[in-house]
Amino acid sequence: MSVAGHSSFLIPNSSFDNRYRFMDLYPLYNSLRVAAISCVIVFFLGIFFAHTVAKLPRTVKGLLDVVLTLPLVLPPTVVGYFLLLAFGPNRAFGAWMQSAFHVRLTMVWYSAIFASVVVAFPLMYRTARGAFESFDPTLRDSARTLGLSNSYIFWRIQMPCCRQGILAGTVLAFARALGEYGATSMIAGYTPGRTATISTTVYQLWRTNNDALAFRWVMINVAISFVVLMAVNLLEKQQRRGAA
Amino acid sequence: MSLIVRIEKDLGSFHLRVRFESENGVHGLLGASGCGKSMTLRCIAGVVTPDRGHIELNGRVLFDSETGVDLPPQQRRVGLLFQNYALFPNMTVEQNLRAALRGQKSADEAGEIADMLRRFELTGLERHRPSQLSGGQQQRVALARILLTKPEILLLDEPLSALDSYLRWQTELELAELLDSFPGPTLLVTHSREEVHHLCRTVTVLDRGSGEVSMPVKKLFSAPKTRSACLLTGCKNFSRAERISPNRIRAVDWGAELSCADADFDPAYVAIRAHHLEPADADGENVIACRVLRVVDDAFSAIVMASTPGGDAGASRLRLELPKEDCPPLKIGDTIRLRLPPDRIMLLKEG
Repeated sequence: MSVAGHSSFLIPNSSFDNRYRFMDLYPLYNSLRVAAISCVIVFFLGIFFAHTVAKLPRTVKGLLDVVLTLPLVLPPTVVGYFLLLAFGPNRAFGAWMQSAFHVRLTMVWYSAIFASVVVAFPLMYRTARGAFESFDPTLRDSARTLGLSNSYIFWRIQMPCCRQGILAGTVLAFARALGEYGATSMIAGYTPGRTATISTTVYQLWRTNNDALAFRWVMINVAISFVVLMAVNLLEKQQRRGAA
Repeated sequence: MSLIVRIEKDLGSFHLRVRFESENGVHGLLGASGCGKSMTLRCIAGVVTPDRGHIELNGRVLFDSETGVDLPPQQRRVGLLFQNYALFPNMTVEQNLRAALRGQKSADEAGEIADMLRRFELTGLERHRPSQLSGGQQQRVALARILLTKPEILLLDEPLSALDSYLRWQTELELAELLDSFPGPTLLVTHSREEVHHLCRTVTVLDRGSGEVSMPVKKLFSAPKTRSACLLTGCKNFSRAERISPNRIRAVDWGAELSCADADFDPAYVAIRAHHLEPADADGENVIACRVLRVVDDAFSAIVMASTPGGDAGASRLRLELPKEDCPPLKIGDTIRLRLPPDRIMLLKEG
């Protein structure tokens, strides 16, 4: 899907509010895009770290576990602060990216991906780790004595056995990425038709007293999150049934 | 064709130290639960690394801490049957078998699998998942899967303990047949003296992580060397012993002097099996006058617990087992004379 401009996301709107004859759907599109890309990145990162950390010695594991879970409990503004510290145009990495590749890392639509990835990562990481920990290690051992390669064991035995947990983690990470506000507003800001996401749009509309439209976005957000959490519950139920 | 194992591993709660050699045929590793039997098998299979030692299979070094050899499990050609069978739950029976052939160069995959299914009476179950199979069927799938990899040695970790007693006998017969036809050596880990007796030719007793030397199974049951080995063979009557002369000892706990076969060492314990005790009519050599403490009716035998001159608690009691029809009518408090035939008395070392 190409983005010609945000005008292609206009739908007729017969609402009473004349200032918004058309409801601009760009925030929905942008939010879904950011959440989907973040979700894919977080999926692989989460699985990679869950798999790697599980094999580390206990002390290193404990420490790394805390660091990797930190974004779950830190205020998103703190995450945003750290992100700006790394990616800001006046900081070393941000400036280098700008001069070497002419790539801006802040105040563009994909900046929101950085924020979403960091915030959603712990959810994927922890769920995947839990699933891996409940994986029967004798299955891996027996597969090795049968001559199966480690990559075969991981992708064809361990992943299918942990399928439900990993799916649940992915859906949770997607939901969290979709709802990300604090760090996103700091690193991507709010530019209508450019960096606006559902959450930043709600705040902007509420701030400018456009309660009616803010309410619509709120309902859209609630609906998506509702569906997503339903999916998580269904998956967890299946997982329990599978384990029993 | 042989297996040489000399390994040590610190397991926190105890130190595993096992040494044994085994030729073709079934070799038993007998020990109480938690004594490191399964760990020994895992070390041989290569899924656990010992701290020190040497493992050699048919002249091929699998592990040697001195020279730094540590073959990955994939290259050891060792078939390990796990206690829970470790079938892949996400695959059907057929997929489980096919997975085992991935590491092989097989010209006729479908044919080999069909042969195995027939041999283990699994035909018709190809599309079933492990969770839909009975314990016996799961074990047959696991064995079929192992044999498809054409291992040089079979390692069986408590193969019968996950089955209920009804299935166990049937499965044991099938297992015996399979083991007879397997060309290489087999290690069978178990805590059951019956399984050792039925299935194994030689045996190593493991106690608190230390493995004694191997011996023929018959010898383990007729002349165990240590108290722990004797306990594992199911012996119930032990007394501390003091040597008086080469063929005479004092059984401290039983409060009696006994004549026995010549011993070339100072025995720490004397033991006798419950079914080797003989009721006697009169006092005499090796006869202990006991008092009946309790009579328990078992299915086909009567078990009599009796106090000895040494006391009526703990090791001082003797346990006598008689076929029901041979058991005289006994009441609690009756005197019963028990003869300990000298050739049945076992002299044991500490350990």
